[in-house]
Amino acid sequence: MAESSPPVLVVEGVVKEYGDVARTRALAGVDLIVGRGELTALVGPSGSGKSTLLNIIGLLDRPTRGHVALGGTETTELGERELTDVRARMLGFVFQFHHLLPAFTALENVMIPGWGHEGWPSAKLRSDAKEILSAVGLADRMNFRSTNLSGGQQQRVAIARALVRRPPLVLADEPTGNLDTASSAEVLELMRRFNRELGTTFLIVTHDTRIAESCGRIVELVDGRVTSDRRP
Amino acid sequence: MPFEWFLALRYLRDAKGQTALILGGVGVGVSVIVFLSALIGGLQSSLIDKTLGTQPHVTIHVPREVARPLVEPTRAVAIARQTEETSQRLRSIDQWPSVMDAVERIPGVVAASPSIVGAGFAVRSGAKSPIVVRGVDPERVLAIIDLRARLTAGHFDLDGASVVVGAKLAADLGATVGDKLRISSSEGVDDVVTIGGVFRLGNEVVDGTWLVTSLRHAQSLYGLPGGVTTIELKVADVFAAERIANEVQSRTGIPADSWMKINAELLAGLSAQSSSKSMIQFFVILAVALGIASVLIVSVVQKSREIGILRAVGTPRGRILRVFLIQGGLLGSGGSVIGCAFGAVLAKLFESIARDPSGAPKFPVQIDLSLLVFASLLATGVGILAAAIPARRAAALDPATAIRNG
Repeated sequence: MAESSPPVLVVEGVVKEYGDVARTRALAGVDLIVGRGELTALVGPSGSGKSTLLNIIGLLDRPTRGHVALGGTETTELGERELTDVRARMLGFVFQFHHLLPAFTALENVMIPGWGHEGWPSAKLRSDAKEILSAVGLADRMNFRSTNLSGGQQQRVAIARALVRRPPLVLADEPTGNLDTASSAEVLELMRRFNRELGTTFLIVTHDTRIAESCGRIVELVDGRVTSDRRP
Repeated sequence: MPFEWFLALRYLRDAKGQTALILGGVGVGVSVIVFLSALIGGLQSSLIDKTLGTQPHVTIHVPREVARPLVEPTRAVAIARQTEETSQRLRSIDQWPSVMDAVERIPGVVAASPSIVGAGFAVRSGAKSPIVVRGVDPERVLAIIDLRARLTAGHFDLDGASVVVGAKLAADLGATVGDKLRISSSEGVDDVVTIGGVFRLGNEVVDGTWLVTSLRHAQSLYGLPGGVTTIELKVADVFAAERIANEVQSRTGIPADSWMKINAELLAGLSAQSSSKSMIQFFVILAVALGIASVLIVSVVQKSREIGILRAVGTPRGRILRVFLIQGGLLGSGGSVIGCAFGAVLAKLFESIARDPSGAPKFPVQIDLSLLVFASLLATGVGILAAAIPARRAAALDPATAIRNG
């Protein structure tokens, strides 16, 4: 299925440099194509440029050179407002430290992507949020403040938040990096399940080889370049 | 509920202590503004009421007589001359009924009353007092100065030889209602009048000199049959009196003085009071603005990671901006409600405690709805303005940096 569908992500010749005089090159020409429904692990040593690449793909940073297209939309020349719209429509984010809003309940946190973007919480958004929270096993925790949930539960809420608007691509930055083994397994299983059942594409940055090996594809980044791209 | 309102309220609710402190700070600031404004406004109103209780808002009077030189210098001939001031006779305003008709049509004029004002003496049983004789139209004069409401004895009766006099004048002459007085006008006409009523306007000079009689009686006392020496006006807005006086003068060519010109020193005092009030208000508002801004700047720093997350998941910059502007507005308006209530209670308490022996408040306060609305709008506006800097800062946060470093 993944091969036959048009790619959800195309990264072409992306270079990222920092500094004006003594320029530091974080990415040295990355090419990457991710098809719909793929579960891809992005691995590499610290400082290899994984997070920089993830930020560029997530439209949170701009490349110095090169192009990024999401779902066929070329993003490099887009303005701030258009980038926000594309982010809201095309992307879901899961962070290492879940980054839920402590002032909000689990349900409200899950509603944030739609509510924050549209301005008003629609009935559909509310029912979608409840449905996805039930799907991650938190039907009885919807009205709990995020601070009253365990680390694993918080990360499940973060996954629900990333998926509530059914984005074609979810970017996960070390999603299990801060969890114990059991919670890590739960979170990984959730992502695999949504990949399988909803066809959501996941690009997961991880140091955890077990997680990487359980993905359908492993892309390795070293010194800002893709050094290997394999399917275990 | 719109997202920005929900988030703003949630942020304020979650930082309960911080919110309570800044609400208290804004409340204290607004209460100072309300208390000061009520006190100074009350004092000013009381002073103006007392001043205008004894005088018209605009007085139209006979032009001064000016001596004209017999010869004027020319280019060829220089003349050394000395022109002496002419003594001022009591004269009538020329064509005064048409003048009165014209000024009554000026927008803002609510009443006009013709009168004769002249000097004289009152004598009774060997006591002699200088007096100011005021000949008035009994119906019209009450719209200018409500003497009837200020009577302490007798009636406002100006028929025939009946007059009303100031309370101090009556006391100085040892007279009361029903007693007769002999009066002499500055034109040398003598007459005997009966005191029909005694008034007290609260101004010692007025209460000690005024003798009010009918216009016709005064015309005979001063040899001005059918004439009047002044036309007195009441205007809707007392602070428009100077403008209306100028308009009267330009329409009729006859000099007109406003109470503002006559009481220039009082007005200068009131103006100085208002300036002091404005300065205090400015610094209080500045303190309120700095308080709100500093709390929100801290809030932006504390919540920068959350803001980064919100931006990352698709919340536009404008919405983040509004979250903080709303918080500023809510702190300002919430504080203003507390401040208005506290300031009003404080002002009323102060008024009820400080009383003179007659029981009247020494410091009358003036709390009207417009003051409370003004204070509330000011605090809310300042809250929103004070939030502008932190709000812009929040909206400008780079999401990736905020998430990484927040």
